Amino acid sequence: MTWYIIRRFLQMIPVFFGATFLVYFLVFSLPGDPIQALFGDRPVNEAVAAQLREQYNLDEPFLVQYFLYLKNLVTFNLGNDFSGRPVAEVLVQIFPVTIRLAILALVFEAVFGIIFGVIAGLRKGKMFDGTVLVASLIVIAIPIFVLGFVMQFVVGVKLGWAKPTVGGDAGWLDLILPAIVLGLVSFAYVLRLTRTSIIENMHADYVRTATAKGLSRQRVVVVHILRNSMIPVVTFLGADLGALMGGAIVTEGIFNVPGVGQRLYQSVLRGEGPTIVSIVSVLVMVYILANLLVDVLYAWLDPRIRYA
Amino acid sequence: MTVINEVNSNEPLLEVRDLAISFATSTGEVQAVKDAHLTVMPGETVAIVGESGSGKSTTALAAIGLLPGNGRVSGGRITFAGEDLTGASSKRIVELRGSSIGMVPQDPMSNLNPVWKIGYQVRETLKANGLPAGPSDVAKVLAEAGLPDAERRARQFPHEFSGGMRQRALIAIGLSCRPRLLIADEPTSALDVTVQRQILDHLETMTAELGTAVLLITHDLGLAAERARKVVVMYKGRVVESGPAQAILTNPRHPYTKRLVEAAPSLASRRIQSAKAAGIETVELLAPAEASAETADNVIEVSNLTKVFKLRGGFGKTTDFKAVDDVSFAIKRGTTTAVVGESGSGKSTVARMVLNLEDPTSGKIRFDGVDMGSLKGKELLAFRRRVQPIFQDPYGSLDPMYNIFRTIEEPLRVHNIGDKKSREAKVRNLLDQVALPASVMRRFPNELSGGQRQRIAIARALALDPEVVICDEAVSALDVLVQDQILNLLADLQHELGLSYLFITHDLAVVRQIADHVCVMEKGRVVEAGTTDAVFDEPEQEYTRALLAAIPGSSLELPPQVA
Repeated sequence: MTWYIIRRFLQMIPVFFGATFLVYFLVFSLPGDPIQALFGDRPVNEAVAAQLREQYNLDEPFLVQYFLYLKNLVTFNLGNDFSGRPVAEVLVQIFPVTIRLAILALVFEAVFGIIFGVIAGLRKGKMFDGTVLVASLIVIAIPIFVLGFVMQFVVGVKLGWAKPTVGGDAGWLDLILPAIVLGLVSFAYVLRLTRTSIIENMHADYVRTATAKGLSRQRVVVVHILRNSMIPVVTFLGADLGALMGGAIVTEGIFNVPGVGQRLYQSVLRGEGPTIVSIVSVLVMVYILANLLVDVLYAWLDPRIRYA
Repeated sequence: MTVINEVNSNEPLLEVRDLAISFATSTGEVQAVKDAHLTVMPGETVAIVGESGSGKSTTALAAIGLLPGNGRVSGGRITFAGEDLTGASSKRIVELRGSSIGMVPQDPMSNLNPVWKIGYQVRETLKANGLPAGPSDVAKVLAEAGLPDAERRARQFPHEFSGGMRQRALIAIGLSCRPRLLIADEPTSALDVTVQRQILDHLETMTAELGTAVLLITHDLGLAAERARKVVVMYKGRVVESGPAQAILTNPRHPYTKRLVEAAPSLASRRIQSAKAAGIETVELLAPAEASAETADNVIEVSNLTKVFKLRGGFGKTTDFKAVDDVSFAIKRGTTTAVVGESGSGKSTVARMVLNLEDPTSGKIRFDGVDMGSLKGKELLAFRRRVQPIFQDPYGSLDPMYNIFRTIEEPLRVHNIGDKKSREAKVRNLLDQVALPASVMRRFPNELSGGQRQRIAIARALALDPEVVICDEAVSALDVLVQDQILNLLADLQHELGLSYLFITHDLAVVRQIADHVCVMEKGRVVEAGTTDAVFDEPEQEYTRALLAAIPGSSLELPPQVA
């Protein structure tokens, strides 16, 4: 197992370089001149433009730019964005916000998805099951921005239970509403996955044997059905953590959360190469780490899985 | 040790009277059991025999309230030690489970929870029934069931156990709380014969010592007669016959029981001769025909076949595992050669290599004198046409999305044989050969029974007019009566079409019925080979003797059979 984890960490190195190279290449190929964009409608001051080009190595060929970027990276210099702020500082500012948002969303979808899924699974075909199934289907079918605006309007504006927009320094409490919106679709998937998994395991031979041993119904459900049913759910949740981090663009936009998604969107519009590459690279790392975590959890939940 | 337990009382421990069980299905109520009645006295072993779907498991499971969700007792009574169980509260049933009525389930592979350690699964049983559940208690229970090194084993997971060891763990669990009645639902049908014998012997000794009554559920009449004093035969949800084991075996009354006694592979002793070959209507059991020993040439010759698999170890290391080790044999045209062995003996790997689905590490397989390793492209396709497989699981080897016509027609289409019309005629003809009506063509696999599906698999294998058919455990998943029919069908087809069979099986009883030659494999090597009669009558190797002795019912004294 230790060897497996070490190997997985070593695998992250080529993935990191591959990802940064690809993203760098894509940003380089973006149409339009970032300096031109920076000046907007005003005429370009050639002297300033030339200086900026040199500062950001924009006049070098692609490979040289990339290697200069890598060289800086090794010395933990991520470069500056176009307003002159060090990218490292930007990252430190935006990531905590999005991590908080993602954790809240994950907790929401895991806790409620699993609880509702278990109840629905155990009462297959009853009222609760039917209601929950239809509701989850509706949630999955409606686009996230519709859900977002409706929730913002109803919960934030009409009922006044939460701040309709977050802004500024986003604290845990402020992020609850955006987190629910962000996790809503995954919540529906977790629910359905748990339900199916429970129904499948309920009829497993070992569950019948456990009942025949004289265990109480409660114990059979918790010890013998639940743990086995969590295996596919954990896989989904782990992969989803990565998706929540990067996929918050819409939600962060609706609720004006100053996190990764919003910043990434702005940087793409501005063609800020170093910023985009840095953000995406961190996201890639998060994704890989989340997957590793899933694999470790998986082996813990299911002892038949042994990594070598 | 038996005397003490029988003084207990003359009152029955378990009594089932006029039991009716029905299942709610989408098409309405289905009666699974009707008017079932049986009695188990304290300390007595009673066997329920029947084919799958006969209601034998359902009857037994009803006693501890383990019917599936859509099933219910719709009539009659189940009385346990004077207490009516049909009307008992679910709380009372939970109390009885484990402590008064234990269960040993059928399939050891799926009946232990894979995510908990063995010791944990024993401990929770003891705990739930209010018994001391320390590590030493757990080890003691496991050791009693014949698990060596129990203390260390208790800390392992089910997947680290072999099938036999898992079944011992399940027996340990079933008996851990000293129940007065043990329901053993086909406790060994998923195990190799030699292991099966050990486990059943151990179960018998243990229950005798503890004075536990056993309700043994089995499809094997030979096994039932060998292990139980009383036998109850169930057929289509009804008890058709019951009484002392020996009486049922020697003097069956009900037509179904008669057929069962005739078909029981463990009781049969001779090679099936094609009824058509003998020119008579019914199938007879005769001595192997000398005709097969004629100057037939070898259609398949296997020489020094070896297969090495690389097993992954930790830290990127691999170790070699010799699955097949220097195996040689030949199949004469028009005869049947059986490869017998327990699971892990390498017999299926041999079959896969003969089918050219797996490349041998070394050694040669000659088909009709041509080295198979040299076949490529078109030649390989032509070879595949001449050698066809039939696999064990008729549920898994038919595509559920294909109707029967498409399933049988597919190989013809792949090999571009005939046009649409002639292909349809061919399919009709094939269905006729396997004794199925042409009307099944439009049906799907899930609408057919296990035996019918296996007939479809045979028809598909025969579609390309092969010369060799490789049957990998082709009848192992079938009930005895169906098994008997399929074996007879295969024998008829062999006679009609001059087919050669390579029969891969773990079941020596089947070998005796179908094979002319036998190779006994153990741990990848052929330990004994010869004609079926020679191997069965005068086995040379200890291993072969052990296999033969392990056939259930082999120790029974039976009057000479009347065919």
